[in-house]
Amino acid sequence: MILVYSESKNLTIELLHKATDLAKELKTKTIAIIIGKDDDSLAQEYIAYGADKVLQVESNLEQYKAEEYADILDHIIKDTKTQVVLIGSDKNGKELASRLAGRLDIGCIIDATNVYIKDGKVTAERVVYSGNAISVEQFNSAPSVITVPSKVFDPSPKDDKRKGDIEKVKASFEKSASIVANVAELQSGGVNVEDAEIIVSCGRGMKNKEDLKLVNDLAEVLKGKTIGCSRPIAADLKWLPEEHWIGLSGHKVKPKLYIAAGISGQIQHIAGMRDSGVVVAINKDADALIFKSADYGIVGDLYKVLPKLTEAIKAKMG
Amino acid sequence: MNIIVCAKQVVDISEMKIDNSTNKPILSGLNKKVNEIDKNAVEEAIKIKDANGGKITVLTVGEADAKERMKELLAMGADEGILINPPENMDYAMLTNILAGAIRKIDGFDLIICGEASTDMFSGQVGPRIAGILDLPQITYAQKITVEKDKINAERNLGDMVVTMESPYPVLVSVTKEINEPRLPSLMQILSSASKPIQDWTIESLDVIVESKVKTIDLQGVSTDRKNIIYKDDSEDNIQKLVDNLAKDGVLR
Ligand SMILES: Cc1cc2nc3c(=O)[nH]c(=O)nc-3n(C[C@H](O)[C@H](O)[C@H](O)COP(=O)(O)OP(=O)(O)OC[C@H]3O[C@@H](n4cnc5c(N)ncnc54)[C@H](O)[C@@H]3O)c2cc1C
Ligand SMILES: Nc1ncnc2c1ncn2[C@@H]1O[C@H](COP(=O)(O)O)[C@@H](O)[C@H]1O
Repeated sequence: MILVYSESKNLTIELLHKATDLAKELKTKTIAIIIGKDDDSLAQEYIAYGADKVLQVESNLEQYKAEEYADILDHIIKDTKTQVVLIGSDKNGKELASRLAGRLDIGCIIDATNVYIKDGKVTAERVVYSGNAISVEQFNSAPSVITVPSKVFDPSPKDDKRKGDIEKVKASFEKSASIVANVAELQSGGVNVEDAEIIVSCGRGMKNKEDLKLVNDLAEVLKGKTIGCSRPIAADLKWLPEEHWIGLSGHKVKPKLYIAAGISGQIQHIAGMRDSGVVVAINKDADALIFKSADYGIVGDLYKVLPKLTEAIKAKMG
Repeated sequence: MNIIVCAKQVVDISEMKIDNSTNKPILSGLNKKVNEIDKNAVEEAIKIKDANGGKITVLTVGEADAKERMKELLAMGADEGILINPPENMDYAMLTNILAGAIRKIDGFDLIICGEASTDMFSGQVGPRIAGILDLPQITYAQKITVEKDKINAERNLGDMVVTMESPYPVLVSVTKEINEPRLPSLMQILSSASKPIQDWTIESLDVIVESKVKTIDLQGVSTDRKNIIYKDDSEDNIQKLVDNLAKDGVLR
């Protein structure tokens, strides 16, 4: 069997496409897993997107906990003779997959950017050394656990006529000693930097949150309207929500134009934007690393350069 | 409070070059350093020890030269180190079985701290794998930790939400870069750390089976060439040239 699990519906659907391909090659079937409350319409949707079977694991669990979910998946894997487990690569998905692999003593590949069968073995590619290399890794044992980030695979076309089984089972797991004491939602504006065609990005060169207006103004005239940022702006200063954070530990982007203002260009930032089309850097330090990763650069104070650039682009675009 | 910090020696990726003839990254000759976030892990351990007493053990699977890196962590304030030489072609299953085997051998620990991820491999796999092997509760991506007598409280930053977890000991926690600012050891601390012990343990001395589950079959370099047209100042003229170039490149539409 090929198992697919993610808390995110979109990711599950994307993974189902790959799972279907793998199932064909390995001559087996796909199972999508839903943990928590029953949701027949969701199960039906997963079938329309390629699941041969949906396993609805009913549990009274209010919240996700890695220990309990890993236990649940462990049981399913053993009951279904699973060869491959595909898990959505968000933070919970990564820690869940790794824990599961640890307790089953099996292989696990995190953040795969491709998955295929080579020489009869499950093989996956992942980015290593902050984007400087792609490592091709092959499982020599089963089952194989792989996590895949969003947008790596496209969903297959939806087929509402597809038939599949929906099976309901009671979750079996051991209760974890840990408890979820609090959940605080963070504000989000529904921004999707991954899909943006033009991104104006800022870093620690910004002195105040209010100055983000300069970045906003430029993004506005570029009709891209999408703002990105380095890790410290989102994670330390919290001037922008996480969805704007670009880099190794943030979002990977590939706009046709990426403008970096007041960003030093550390390798971990570059890892998130190296696939961009044209890169422009603005930095007051002529030796800043970012210039090595840029097509065009202006050495100067972003507080002067950004307004000038905004005006000049406005004039050019008419 | 007895704390084990898992820390890794990594190559300095910012210096990494790609060999154009083989299209492989050049790994030899690069400077080595402590995986950045593992310094945050040690810093957090020191803070906890300062408030609660106890001992901090740094655990590393790495080549002999990793001792130099471990000394930096001892200078920061960790008490002792354990270094284990890696077997050939080590994968995550082998690595974490070794780490878990060593942890079992260290008597009486309350807390294991790992980094969120290593800068070279960046998978975040080690922490939760160890927790899975040892059947311990895990709290990953912690941006804030509060240690109480019989439980730990930690905030996990998941991007769209912050989840606060509580767990009794022993527990495994992985920390983010934002949790603290690692201290720079003073000259005195560097000198006095020379007398802190770093033990060499062998895999044979651990009761573990070390078997590879994943094999790296290829490593392909990725290089991106950029034009690198840099204007030395922000004169009207330069700004205009930049805008004209962007228009020519077809990105102003
Ligand atoms: C494991 C790991 C993962 C990481 N993941 C990420 C990630 O996903 N994304 C990320 O961005 N970082 C990440 N980092 C952090 C990264 O290493 C850098 O610390 C970070 O990118 C630096 O952010 P910055 O460029 O905004 O700040 P700084 O490095 O402080 O740079 C600020 C820049 O602004 C310039 N400047 C200052 N004032 C002005 C002015 N008035 N006009 C013009 N220029 C000015 C300065 O010359 C400097 O170059 C990660 C680190 C680690 C260890
Ligand atoms: N060789 C190693 N020795 C000790 N600890 C390690 C080693 N590799 C990784 N770790 C720990 O695991 C964390 C995550 O690494 P990774 O899973 O490679 O992203 C690191 O921050 C360290 O705390």
